[in-house]
Amino acid sequence: MNKLLPALAVAILYVLHQDLWFWRTARPLVFGFLPVGLAWHGAYCIAVALLMWWLTRVAWPANLDDHR
Amino acid sequence: MIPAVIVFAYLAVVLYIGIFAFRRTPHGGAQEYFLAGRSLGPAVFLLSLFGTNMTAFTILGSAGHAFANGIVTFGLMASSSAFIIPLTLLFAGTRMWALGKSHGFITPVQMFRHRWECGHIGTAIFVVQAALLVPYIIIGVMGGGTALTGISGGVVPYWLGGAIVAVVVMSYVFFGGMRGTAWVNAFQTIMFLSFGAIAIFVIGRGMGGYAAAMNTLLSSPATAPLLTRERISPLFFFSYTFIPLSTIAFPHIAIFCLTAKRMVQFKRTVIFYPICILAIWLPCVFLGVAANSLRDVPRIEQKLEARAALASLPSSAPADQRASLRRQAAGDDVVLVMLDRYAPLWLAGLLGAGIMAAVMASDSQILALSTMFTQDVFAFYGGTARFGEKVQVQTGRVFVVVLTAVAYAIALRVPQGIFDLAVQFAFSGYSALSPLLFAALFWKRSTKWGALAVTLWVAFAVIYTSQVPGALAWYGLMPVVPMTLTSVVLMVVVSLATPAPSTATVGAYFRPAGQ
Repeated sequence: MNKLLPALAVAILYVLHQDLWFWRTARPLVFGFLPVGLAWHGAYCIAVALLMWWLTRVAWPANLDDHR
Repeated sequence: MIPAVIVFAYLAVVLYIGIFAFRRTPHGGAQEYFLAGRSLGPAVFLLSLFGTNMTAFTILGSAGHAFANGIVTFGLMASSSAFIIPLTLLFAGTRMWALGKSHGFITPVQMFRHRWECGHIGTAIFVVQAALLVPYIIIGVMGGGTALTGISGGVVPYWLGGAIVAVVVMSYVFFGGMRGTAWVNAFQTIMFLSFGAIAIFVIGRGMGGYAAAMNTLLSSPATAPLLTRERISPLFFFSYTFIPLSTIAFPHIAIFCLTAKRMVQFKRTVIFYPICILAIWLPCVFLGVAANSLRDVPRIEQKLEARAALASLPSSAPADQRASLRRQAAGDDVVLVMLDRYAPLWLAGLLGAGIMAAVMASDSQILALSTMFTQDVFAFYGGTARFGEKVQVQTGRVFVVVLTAVAYAIALRVPQGIFDLAVQFAFSGYSALSPLLFAALFWKRSTKWGALAVTLWVAFAVIYTSQVPGALAWYGLMPVVPMTLTSVVLMVVVSLATPAPSTATVGAYFRPAGQ
């Protein structure tokens, strides 16, 4: 696979970490108690896990395994 | 005392695991003691790598930071780490593993010396790495003292709590080496991953639900900003994404990457790492924020009053008065206070053991420093050739004892918050050292002189920023940003101006495509 797509996905996730859109607001409280900014970053961790799963399929450095 | 008894039982179990590992360990010399024979399986590798990177401030410091600063703590330290650390493990960690396997490296400095064909420059890198690692070890002792004092309700004084934790950690590192440390870390990770879910449920029930607590905080102008990030500039927030670069540059993480039996073990690790971060940090940060609503808890009310007094203090106020108020307002023990208030005694003990699990993460750093000393100094300067590998391992064990004693002595005298100490010295310094690793692994043209320039720069920058408040904090960024970017520039400029390593050496690291 082209390296561009994984690189683009990584760049997008990096930008999404800087969530200016929830900067000055606590509401809505997700599940009735979780400030939205905190909920965003919790969901962000799950998105990163999915990204890593995908990267290990499309960008796994398999050539290193026989480097030795 | 019931929680303290449970915690002491937990410490005994941890000690047993370390010594059990010692009895199960084939006595095969340095590779076995320092790297567990490069044979760790997938579950231990994942759990232990995560546990290795979780320190006292994961639970105590993060809750304390969130108590003072609000939900921003999670974005600053947790979600940025959840993103950067797996990425660096995936691309740099796997490469280090492969090179370690093919060249027999045990430490990063061994690789740097070989990669850049240098000797004493490697020693300079060792000195800076070691100096930056010591504060990280001290954090563990401090956290142990704070946690045991809190869990025992003050019956165990700070100095004794720190001593007990130091002795337990020292013992299983001394006997078990990397295998013992990895097994203990895996066990501890399970403990503190369980801690978050149980603590949030028990405390939430005791508080009568979190919705009311959040609405209480939102109704006051003094506490509502804790639920947003309006007090933090986006640039400052952005600059924190540079801090997790430190992880792959930390010797204990780099060394740990070499312990995997097969490279495929990195796959599961990078996928589950963000989930583990979420499971442990989210409850701690949330509880730290929620603690601000507990004005009816005297110990928390005192902290809030101290914080208010600190905010209204005139700039001409004496420094010791300011420091005293800061100490009173510090929230490193808020989770312990909440457990004390809302959890039944036996459960508080179990949860306290979960806290101890995170607090005792200094084991890997102690072992790493011992590994570095014996490999990068003792062996490099002829010790192993002269006295044999058995003496090398014994030297490593003696080093573990001496290092722990020194860290404990310093911990009794350094009155600084856990979080500040970690960020100020170790994290920023190692982030700024990360270009060394990336250049060695990915840039053919990098040279030993570029590496020396980066090392000297980092040593200077860490001393400078620790002595001059606000130094290098340009345009509202944290010092870690200019420190790291300057490292990159120095590596590039100095490398291009100096002769490259030999073709044979470069060829051992970078194979042409198709071969």
